[in-house]
Amino acid sequence: MRFSHRFPRLNTTSVHSMRVGLFIPCYIDQFYPDVGLATVDILEKQGITVDFPAEQTCCGQPMSNTGCTDAARPLAKRFVEIFADYDYVVSPSGSCTAMVRHHYHDLLPHDAAYEKVQKNSFELCEFLHDVLGLRQWDGDFPYRVGIHQSCHGLRELRLEGSSEEMLTRPGKVRGFLQSLRGIQLSELSRPDECCGFGGTFAVAQEAVSVMMGEDRLADHKQAGTDVLTATDMSCLMHLEGLVRRQKMPVAIMHVAEILAGRKPTRPHSPAPLKSN
Amino acid sequence: MNAPIHKEHAELATEFVHNRERAKWHDSSLWFVRQKRDRQTHSIPEWEQLRELAATIKRHTLAKLPQYLEEFERNATRMGAVVHWARDAEEHNRIVLQILQEHGAKKIVKSKSMLTEECHLNPYLERNGIQVVDTDLGEWIVQLRNEPPSHIVMPAIHIKKQEISELFHDKLGTEDGNNDPTYLAGEARTHLRQKFVNADAGITGVNFAIAETGGFVVCTNEGNADLGVSIPDLHIACMGIEKLIPRARDLSVFTRLLGRSATGQPITAYTSHFHGPRPGCKLHIVLVDNGRSKIRASEDFHRSLNCIRCGACMNTCPVYRRSGGHSYSTTVPGPIGSILAPNRDAKSHGDLPFACTLCGSCTDVCPVKIDIHHQLLTWRKELAIQKVVPWTKRVSMSMAAAVLKRPWLYALGGKVARVGLRWMPRWMIYNGLNKWGKQRDLPPPPAKSFREQFRSRSKS
Repeated sequence: MRFSHRFPRLNTTSVHSMRVGLFIPCYIDQFYPDVGLATVDILEKQGITVDFPAEQTCCGQPMSNTGCTDAARPLAKRFVEIFADYDYVVSPSGSCTAMVRHHYHDLLPHDAAYEKVQKNSFELCEFLHDVLGLRQWDGDFPYRVGIHQSCHGLRELRLEGSSEEMLTRPGKVRGFLQSLRGIQLSELSRPDECCGFGGTFAVAQEAVSVMMGEDRLADHKQAGTDVLTATDMSCLMHLEGLVRRQKMPVAIMHVAEILAGRKPTRPHSPAPLKSN
Repeated sequence: MNAPIHKEHAELATEFVHNRERAKWHDSSLWFVRQKRDRQTHSIPEWEQLRELAATIKRHTLAKLPQYLEEFERNATRMGAVVHWARDAEEHNRIVLQILQEHGAKKIVKSKSMLTEECHLNPYLERNGIQVVDTDLGEWIVQLRNEPPSHIVMPAIHIKKQEISELFHDKLGTEDGNNDPTYLAGEARTHLRQKFVNADAGITGVNFAIAETGGFVVCTNEGNADLGVSIPDLHIACMGIEKLIPRARDLSVFTRLLGRSATGQPITAYTSHFHGPRPGCKLHIVLVDNGRSKIRASEDFHRSLNCIRCGACMNTCPVYRRSGGHSYSTTVPGPIGSILAPNRDAKSHGDLPFACTLCGSCTDVCPVKIDIHHQLLTWRKELAIQKVVPWTKRVSMSMAAAVLKRPWLYALGGKVARVGLRWMPRWMIYNGLNKWGKQRDLPPPPAKSFREQFRSRSKS
């Protein structure tokens, strides 16, 4: 993979001196603060001192994805100014990281500061895998976990190979989850179909969006998923909305929460699997 | 031509989803085809190289399109075909009618051609006293129902076999209530055979035209194109100018990709090559632009002309599968259609680039590597510039950006919203104004945001 070539495995000293800026997407900041805290815990466990620049708000993706470039541009500009001086920008969101990496060039053409931020921005698991060179994660999680492949993490950041492509890529999220003691991963009939969130699509195309979400949840149900996880809280917010409304017995957790050792409680607390 | 006034995609999709059982059936039928495609592509280790090669050949051809078109014309003419050039749909239809009238042809059999659908050739010919029969089984079914195809490869994918049985009973007098597909296909064959035998001319589309040889290739599974041009003395082939490839040896790259991507077959059942007319017969080829030059000149959208009309992006699209082809109100529906249609009429089809979650499955499945979902995003930006995006969206996004530019206002707004959500009674949150909340709950708001908690954590 191109990023692992670019960033060789680092030694401990360089980890300690690394300046890491934490990018917490606005909806995580406001509605899922524990996902942010779990991200901090994970990075600190690796000996990294994490900085959270408080001027940050939103990367501008909602504006950009509705075509409102003029509204998105000042937010992209702010983002780059805020994060330009960090060695790495790490975020518990594949979608927002993809926005910065792949969709700022239209908003900020020929911008040297942006090019630096673009190169240095990583989704959390991608950072652990590509920059820190980790392949396993130490921890217990005795639950049956279903991975929802958030599309932007999957097809924009290539955190794993997609079902359409005939390529073998490392599973950067799956690898860490698989290495947890006691975990079982459920097998879906459609391994990477979209959940139907899609930003404003969730509201503008409410009927299709909800049907897509229900279809994903039904697939997880037949696969025996007790804990549904993803790299993106936006997909999970949509799925959790359906789970809560229909009182389905499944817990929703961000990958960061699982890796940080949190227990599944939201909105349902499944019983842990019995060890053999 | 003025675009017909039609309902927006979101509204038609809602109606389609409303019949949940049918929407599920439609979704599963197309997912079945996607799975067949996956099995076939997995059997080709060099699949990704083939895609890359196909995209490169297309890019090259489009860059030199004028030269290759002229080369094709020279070589096709040398073999005895008559080549016509049509600037738009209207000119195309006029040319076809004129050829038919010169030959005194009244009864036409036509094999599947999305181009003639795009040009609305059937109603035009019918208005001019010519009888046209679509001979592709699916297309014939939708023709009998008097509706447009809902898919470019499987035109009648939205219709159940019981409905076909009723239709055939009504129109052809088949047995009432006999839903057996073999019986129905047999009856269709008997009826269509008469049409073939009595036809004065055959019209086909073109899958690939080869500049080097002047020949062209038509791919079908039913052999209807072959029969349709083998009985009558006149063959008219209608093709969009983007169907060209430079050399005969480039063809195999595309035939290997097409059948696998379209229906999960190693190759289409019939891959028929036409090099000039049969002895004593006439062959006319109509080259149609109809907006393609405009797309070719566009820096953003020219790659959409790589399209070989395999339909894989439709089969994989989670929105198409659940909203049906007719919800797009355009000849080519689904992801690729949502790029092509606004080129023709941005006002009338400006909703289509938004009928998409930007999941990117179409881009990964596309055999000629069109970056479909990125082009749809580019269309959204273009539509906002042209002010086709509704003002409500533009104003709300500007307002959101104004808040998000000011961290204090953002933090305050977030706090107010969270406190509000905690204390407001349910009816104030979940009502007609909250489309999110119609079938979904909002997340329970936490007392403190991440930034508040991070701050107190750092202090301790």
